[in-house]
Order: sequence, then structure tokens, then C-alpha cells
Amino acid sequence: MSKLGLIIKREYLQRVSKKSFLLLTFLAPVLFAAMVFVPLWLATLKSDEVKNIVVLDQVGKYAAAFKNTDEYRFLPAEGDMEEYRKSEDKEIEAFLSISDDLLTHPEAATLYSKKQIPMGLKREVNNQLSAMLEQEKLDSYQIPDLKQIIDDCKVSFDIQTVKWEDDGSESSSSAEVMTAIGFVSTFVIYMFILMYGSMVMQGVMEEKTNRIVELMVSSVKPFDLMMGKIVGIGMVGLTQVFLWGILTVVLVSGSLFLFGGDATQTADLMMSSNMNQAAMMTSTDPTVLKIQDIIHSIPIATLGINFLLYFIGGYILYASLFAAIGSAINQPEDANQFMTPMMIFILFGFYAGIYSVENPDGPLAFWCSLIPFTSPIVMMVRLPYDIPLWEHILSLVLLFVAAYGCVWISGKIYRTGILMYGKKPSIAELIRWIKYKA
Amino acid sequence: MEYLLETQEVVKQYANHLALDHVSIQVPEGQIFGLLGPNGAGKTTLIRIINRITAPDSGSVLFNGRPSVQDDIYQIGYLPEERGLYKKMKVGEQAIYLAQLKGLSYQEAKKRLQAWFEKFDIMPWWNKKLEELSKGMQQKVQFIITVVHEPKLLILDEPFSGFDPVNAELLKLEILELKDKGHTIIFSTHNMGSVEEICDHIALINHSHVVLKGSVQEVREQFKSYQYALRVKQGPETLPVLNSALFEEQGRKELTGGELEIRIKKQKDVSNSELLRQLAGQLDIISFQEEIPSMHDIFIQVVANHPLTSTDHE
Repeated sequence: MSKLGLIIKREYLQRVSKKSFLLLTFLAPVLFAAMVFVPLWLATLKSDEVKNIVVLDQVGKYAAAFKNTDEYRFLPAEGDMEEYRKSEDKEIEAFLSISDDLLTHPEAATLYSKKQIPMGLKREVNNQLSAMLEQEKLDSYQIPDLKQIIDDCKVSFDIQTVKWEDDGSESSSSAEVMTAIGFVSTFVIYMFILMYGSMVMQGVMEEKTNRIVELMVSSVKPFDLMMGKIVGIGMVGLTQVFLWGILTVVLVSGSLFLFGGDATQTADLMMSSNMNQAAMMTSTDPTVLKIQDIIHSIPIATLGINFLLYFIGGYILYASLFAAIGSAINQPEDANQFMTPMMIFILFGFYAGIYSVENPDGPLAFWCSLIPFTSPIVMMVRLPYDIPLWEHILSLVLLFVAAYGCVWISGKIYRTGILMYGKKPSIAELIRWIKYKA
Repeated sequence: MEYLLETQEVVKQYANHLALDHVSIQVPEGQIFGLLGPNGAGKTTLIRIINRITAPDSGSVLFNGRPSVQDDIYQIGYLPEERGLYKKMKVGEQAIYLAQLKGLSYQEAKKRLQAWFEKFDIMPWWNKKLEELSKGMQQKVQFIITVVHEPKLLILDEPFSGFDPVNAELLKLEILELKDKGHTIIFSTHNMGSVEEICDHIALINHSHVVLKGSVQEVREQFKSYQYALRVKQGPETLPVLNSALFEEQGRKELTGGELEIRIKKQKDVSNSELLRQLAGQLDIISFQEEIPSMHDIFIQVVANHPLTSTDHE
């Protein structure tokens, strides 16, 4: 086995066999789902305690119309407002006073409490009163069955979107699903560049600070050492994406089995296991047939290959720069100065990606999908929208040329940096290192 | 004499200082070569050039009499001064990995390493993580990794640092055994005592220059100052100051038991027997010893004459 192969093998096996890797790989999707669903679930929990609201209705037609809910019980007042104000009764949450006809005097209703009135209570009272007044108003028109007529007029519309293919055929498309796929890929690439890029940096720093590097470079070329680390860690990243993919499929088929093949739920689950936003963006009630159509319309193979290409290009580009930083510094605190410009690029790419979702053919999306530092993140949003072939090729060529350049420059900095101890180098020194003869 | 390794007029310039200025050394095959010098003199840079970690700006390195090539690093075993291994990796696993990087096959590496581990009594730690080992054991592992691929040339940079006296002695014997087996060893150190004990040849680098080189014997000869220490029995009357055409007295000191120590310096061309014959006529001699300077004295003498300026650093 070549030396580069040996290094890649070590970097890969050391990381993949760690417990933390397995834990992250299998628990992260679960944790992620939990992170989204637990707050939602908590918010839907109601407290067991039923709160009493006393209603003092001087008009006489409202108090009886209040409906009790799981949370609130409406009680007619026994006595006047002053009595309740002085009362020490902890059972009473709030006091609602209605002193006049609300259709003519909407300001005549007031809600009192000894505590700050919670939003939920205010909303409940508003809703119930609005419904009563609406009904009262409708009744005042004296038109029979008016309620049904109005209900009948409410229309929910969801337009079908169809893409004309070049070969003349038509296919259903779904802007929501495309957006979701683009968003998920962007997010995954962004996350992996950050996660695995900094893993490369830590690895380089570890070798430098524990001084094994001096021994290593007497056996292998520094460039091989750096590339071995970048490739090995990159493969760890791909392994993780691959395992997450399998996990998603398993979850989906598992849910298919559980829910008896309900396609709607399956689709929702598939989205949520990747990225919850996706599920939120998808239309809520498509028919089974439509979902299948849309799934068929997603160019899975094309997207998959492009995901890999942009993932690899973007990762190599950033990871090599991370390696150069790791080699140049002596302690983690020194990293900030060099990390900041890179973080700005990555974050900029991420936000450009998010805004490009809205307008995948706009100038921001166009330029950011060509610039190599942002293209891996931004292009994934645009890809589902069939961008011109030349743009696609140009973007890939630029990305890989830039990645090659970054590897070259980083190799030079790395070669000198790993053997330099002492003070933190300045940018000028880094540039001088690039020019050193091997 | 056969040289395994030679550097010829090697120059290495860093941004604001000259690390090596036309450095030429010759390392004879099968011998132990001491590479000496104060901190920052350029030793590490020279070692890195020999290891092909960096390249010289000009000059050349000859290995086995021909210009050195990348594959020569398989013939070199390097024990750096600042040494470390992967803390979280199992000892045996990483020893095999590093041996493979030096060109051994997995099977061969494992076989040889296990033999070495047995020899050094650390086999029970084969499957432990490095961080669980004591510092002394880590040093042993380091040494094994350096020699496992049986390199022709061993470069040991301060090998004794971190060893307790018992293990240092063990290591010294191991180094001498390697020499007997025909390995050539470059030995870089500040410890001049160990240089006298084990080195055959030395080169002293100071200020990026080779300021002294040759066999240990030659170097010491070169620095001898024709001084002798005499111990004599003192008679009843005070001994007059000893001076003659052959030598002059440098000073004297009374010892207990009526003995006297006298230091004399002879003229260059006077032989020891001539000197002794004359002295024996005058004095009742207990001992007579030529004071050959130690490597330690030579080192200090040479280096102190050329103190480092603040611009020089490694």
C-alpha cells in the first residue's frame, strides 16, 4: 500500500471506529427530530388545572353563550366587581366585565385580573366574543341559511405545476418539494464543510502540538501527510452522509409499514427526518397520486451526483485552507484571526443559499453559484431548477480549479508551518512560506 | 575512509537569518558521529536537510557516495529531540503504522516490533493507548520505532533526555550494539560526557558554521595545552619554584599528608619522557598526569569565544 493510502486508512479508521462517530451518526437524526418536535409537543400540552373566569354580563345575552374549554371555565358573576376585586379567592383567574351591547360599544368589554393576563386567555375570550358577535350580525340580516352559504363560498385552491420537458413530455413538478430538496442539500453541505473542515484543522494541530509531525515528515512528504488527512476525513464525512441516507430510507420504510402505506405521511416523515423546514414547506394535503408523480419528477441521480461533486469540491477547498491554518498556529486561540475571513465566506454562502431559494435565477444566486467559495453551498439550491448547462459546467470547473489552487497553496504553508514553533505567524510570513523552495 | 553520508557546502537561508553557511561534514560508515553545538547553531536544520524534510538552498548531500534521493529516507531512522506519538492510538498499532511508513510490510513490521517489545519488556503494553504509558516507556517505544526498519543511518537527537540513569545506560549499550552491527549513527547532544564515551568523530557547529571537526582523539590533541599535574612528597624544607628550559611552573597547592600538587606547562617540542626524566631527578613523584582537555572544556572554549548574537535563532 502506498504511503498516502496508509495515511488515509489510518485517518479514516481511527475516526470511524470511535464511539463518538457511531453515536453522532445514529443519534443525530433522532436528536434533530427531537429538537424540532419536543418544543412543538410541549407547546400543545395543556395544564391540567382548569382556570375560572368570572363573567359579569350586564347586558344578559353574552354570559350564557361562553363555552367552557379544557383550560377555561366561564362562570356567571355572583355580586359586583368590587366584591371580586377584594376577594382572596385563588380559584378565580380573571374577571370579565361586559357593560353594554358590544356591537354598538365594542369598548364596553374589559378583562381584569390580579396577574398579568396571559395571551392564551385573551385570545380565547376574543375568539369567543368575535364568534358571538359575528353570529349576531349574520342573524341581523334575516337571510335564511346564510351561515351555510358563507361556508360554501370558502375555497381552498392549490394550483398544479407542470414542467415542459425538452423532449416534449410533461411532468408534474412541485416548487415546494424542489425548494425543500435544495434547502436540505445546501444545509448538509454547509454543515459538513464546517464540521469536517474544523476536524481537519484539529487533526493537523494535534500532530503539530504533540510533535509527532517531526517523525512523520522524516518518513513521508508533508503534502502526502496533509492530503491523507483531508481525504481520510472527507471519507468519514461521506460515510456519515451515506449512513444518514440509509437511516432515512429505513425510517421511511418503517413508517410505511406502520402507517399502512399512507403516502402523505411517508412523504412528510421523509422530509422531517432530513430537515424539518422541508416538511413545513411542503403542501399540506396532496393526494397520493400527486406525491408519487412529484417523487418521480425529482431527478434523483442527477441531484445525487451533483451533491457529491459539490460536496467533494467544496470540502477539499475549505479543508485544505483549514489544514493550512492548523499548521500555522500553535494554540487553538490563535485560530480566530485566520478563521474569521473563512467563516465570513461560508456564512455568506449559507445566507446567499437561503435567499436564492426565493429566486433561484436572480443575480445573487447566479454569481454566488459561480464563485468557488460559495458555489458548493448556493448551487445546490439552484440545481433542482434546471439551470443552463454552461453555468453548471463553469461553476464546477471554477470550483475544482480553485480547490486545486487552495490545496497547492495550503501544501506550501503546511510544509513550513508544521515545523515552526513559537509565535503566531503574520499573514506576510504565510505568504513568504508559500514562496519557499521545497 | 568510507563515508556513508557527506554534506558539501550546504547553505540554508531563512527569512532573516542564515541557518547554515557552507556546512560540510563527513560521517564515516559504521561509526558514531557526534553533531555538537549550542542551541540555535543550526543542528536541527542540518538534520532536517539530511532527512530530506527541507532542501538546502545550495550545496549537496551525498548518501553512500552519490547524491541523496527521496528513497534514501527508508535507510534513515530519526529520533527527533522533540518527540511525540499519537496519544489516543494503541501502542502496537501505531508502531506498525510508523514502520509501514518506513517501508516495512505489515507482517514484517509486526514480527520485528514484537521482538523489540519483548526485548525491552514492554510487550504487555502492546494493546494499551500511548497515553497510558509512563514517560520512560514512551521513550522506549520511540526508540524502537526509530530502529525497527534497521536503517543504515540512525539520527538520534538528544536520545538520553527523559531517560532515568538505569534506562539511559540500557540505551547507551543498545546504541553501542547497533554500532557493532554496522549501523552508522549521528548523535546530536549537549551532553559532552556522553560524547567522550561513545563518539568516534565529531563536528561542532556554531553560528551556522562548522567550527571544529575530526575524530574525538584528534580534536582533544588539537586542544591540549601541554599542561601536567604533578603530585609530589614534600621534603622538610620548602620546595623552590620549579623552572627550567623544558617547562615552567603554573601554580601549586598543598594537600593533606605532606603532599603537594604542582601544575606545570612544558615546551611544545619536549617529549614526556624527557620531562619526566628531569622531574624525577629533582622530586619524589607520586603521580604524573597530562591534562588533556575534556570535550566539555573544548565545547565551552570554542563556543564562548563566539557568543551567539540575538539575531540567531532556530
